[in-house]
Amino acid sequence: MFDLGSRPDASGHFGEYGGKYVSETLMAALDDLNKAWQKLRKDPEFLNEFDNDLNFYVGRPSPLYHAKRLSEKIGGAQILLKREDLNHTGAHKINNTVGQALLARYLGKNRVIAETGAGQHGVASATVAARLGMQCVVYMGEVDIHRQAINVYRMRLLGAQVRSVTSGSATLKDALNEAMRDWVSNVDSTYYIIGTVAGPHPYPQLVRDFNSVIGREARRQVQTQFGRLPDALVACVGGGSNAIGLFHPFVDDTEVPMYGVEAAGRGLESGQHAAPLTTGRVGVLHGNKSYLMDDDNGQILHTHSVSAGLDYPGVGPEHSWLKDSGRAEYVAIDDKEALDAFHLLTRTEGILPALESSHAVAYACKLAASMPADKLVLVNLSGRGDKDVHTVAELEGIQL
Amino acid sequence: MSQQYRLKSCFQMLAEQQRTALIPFITAGDPLADASVDIMHALVDAGADVIELGIPFSDPMADGPVIQLASERAIERGVSLHTVLQDVHNFRQNNQKTPVILMGYLNPLYRMGFAQFAQSAAAAGVDGVLIVDSPPEESVVLESLLAEAGISMIRLVAPTTTAERMRLIAAEATGFIYYVALKGITGAGSGANSDAESGQRINTMRKLTGLPVAAGFGIKDAESAADWAQLADAVVIGSALVTRLAECKSSEQACETVKSFLAPIRIAMDNVT
Ligand SMILES: Cc1ncc(COP(=O)(O)O)c(C=O)c1O
Repeated sequence: MFDLGSRPDASGHFGEYGGKYVSETLMAALDDLNKAWQKLRKDPEFLNEFDNDLNFYVGRPSPLYHAKRLSEKIGGAQILLKREDLNHTGAHKINNTVGQALLARYLGKNRVIAETGAGQHGVASATVAARLGMQCVVYMGEVDIHRQAINVYRMRLLGAQVRSVTSGSATLKDALNEAMRDWVSNVDSTYYIIGTVAGPHPYPQLVRDFNSVIGREARRQVQTQFGRLPDALVACVGGGSNAIGLFHPFVDDTEVPMYGVEAAGRGLESGQHAAPLTTGRVGVLHGNKSYLMDDDNGQILHTHSVSAGLDYPGVGPEHSWLKDSGRAEYVAIDDKEALDAFHLLTRTEGILPALESSHAVAYACKLAASMPADKLVLVNLSGRGDKDVHTVAELEGIQL
Repeated sequence: MSQQYRLKSCFQMLAEQQRTALIPFITAGDPLADASVDIMHALVDAGADVIELGIPFSDPMADGPVIQLASERAIERGVSLHTVLQDVHNFRQNNQKTPVILMGYLNPLYRMGFAQFAQSAAAAGVDGVLIVDSPPEESVVLESLLAEAGISMIRLVAPTTTAERMRLIAAEATGFIYYVALKGITGAGSGANSDAESGQRINTMRKLTGLPVAAGFGIKDAESAADWAQLADAVVIGSALVTRLAECKSSEQACETVKSFLAPIRIAMDNVT
């Protein structure tokens, strides 16, 4: 069922990218995880259970929605939205956590940990932990705790412990560091649910496998509803899981261009952004080799994006490979463009997108405007915007 | 090249004297940007056999709060891989004997370029490099460039390392083996107690490589140092020292702190038979 293509190779590399750049203490745990995953990804019983959870717990398949009023307003290609915002807990993140929770159970671990930026992955992890009766600790940067207060409370309601991370820039990258430290210290009892296609092998592969349900469904749906493949795919890229989830099943459809949208923050020239693929260079962070943002001394830079989920200086290694190979193109949308798209989609279609997803919507609108009306632009609407209502209000000077 | 010779002769001499090596760790550039060389000399005066010098990194995933904060402070003071190499170079003006090991994370080396790093490190007088997030599988290029420059890439073994991996790590290891004394990060509060299983792993690595084995992570005072000195050929003390140095306001104060902190540890280790 999963695409059993050759990437990554047996050592976890996508070309030169990926790998296992971690401390020795974790190597055995990663080997165990890898062995388990290479077996389970072909195990019909496991895949069947995963499918059942996706259908009856997550609520899949998610619709492919033709945003007619938005398309009309833009006056170009037809914009199709893959509605991951309609999943249980409100984003694509649950596809991955449902899968990894099954994996944790298979490995006999009863404690799960996660890092989170926007809080969506934290909520999705706390959710599956509650469902399977597992202990759950979520690491979250202090800055993000403030801007995603609703999600913090949701996680606590679900029984998770949310631990504030104050080191470094107190955002997603620092939460990931802290989760790694927890994992090193509790490696026997604990399963680490990484929330995106980054981290050491086999995480980039297994998170992709779990999220590729997005692209498989979308490919089927667009053929059923429109009788053909789309003319472009668009998805936002933080660590890159919703984008890989959409792209992966289309990789061999070379006539379908794929666009990954990074956060240009306050503008690429300002340096205050989170666009490693657009502006960065290759380095090593969080267990893998990939594009990243660092200074000339190799220190990782603080990033900025209005959306917490894109506020990350690295990116999954498969995206670096897709970029170099030319199969995918990476572009950037700034805070203001994303906010405009947030309002536009809300007003034209009655759909409140997550600020992360708003970056994809913004680029899709630009792209669609340059294309004729008989073309199809398929956008991954990775999550809903309820969590961002406070942020948007604050930016617009409105007291709630 | 004299470098590998320096580590070798250091451990040879210790073996002849039946002493365990004391390897203090400091973060370069903490507590002051320009005191590291003085502190390194003070470490030697206080009985250090090898010095581990931490290269500050913004995202030290394997380190506890003490070394994290020391790294953050050092980076703020403008410390970088370049200044760390300069420190080693300056230290070598007055000390040709004590091996210096750089400890850190891969990205700063990657950014400098592995070839340039190997060359500059050799020129500065670095003897070994320990990169926490670069296991042997990912280190082929760096390790061979370092070897050409006469520098050892120090390999780690953890309590979780399998027998199969121990053989992989042992193959082509040089300098010494670093045994991570606890499942956790540096400076873990509870500290590390030596145990029979660790003893076995240390012995296995000694047999497989013929190299000395150092124990580090969580060793924090005379008692725990003496405890690990019974099993290992060298004992690394990091966070406990970095904590004390962090409070120092001047180079003199830092050097005094080094002396008073290491003296009882040195004595306790030398009393282990
Ligand atoms: C709705 C939504 N979209 C996208 C992202 C970005 O992550 P990724 O690039 O892994 O899809 C997040 C992360 O929190 C998110 O919550």
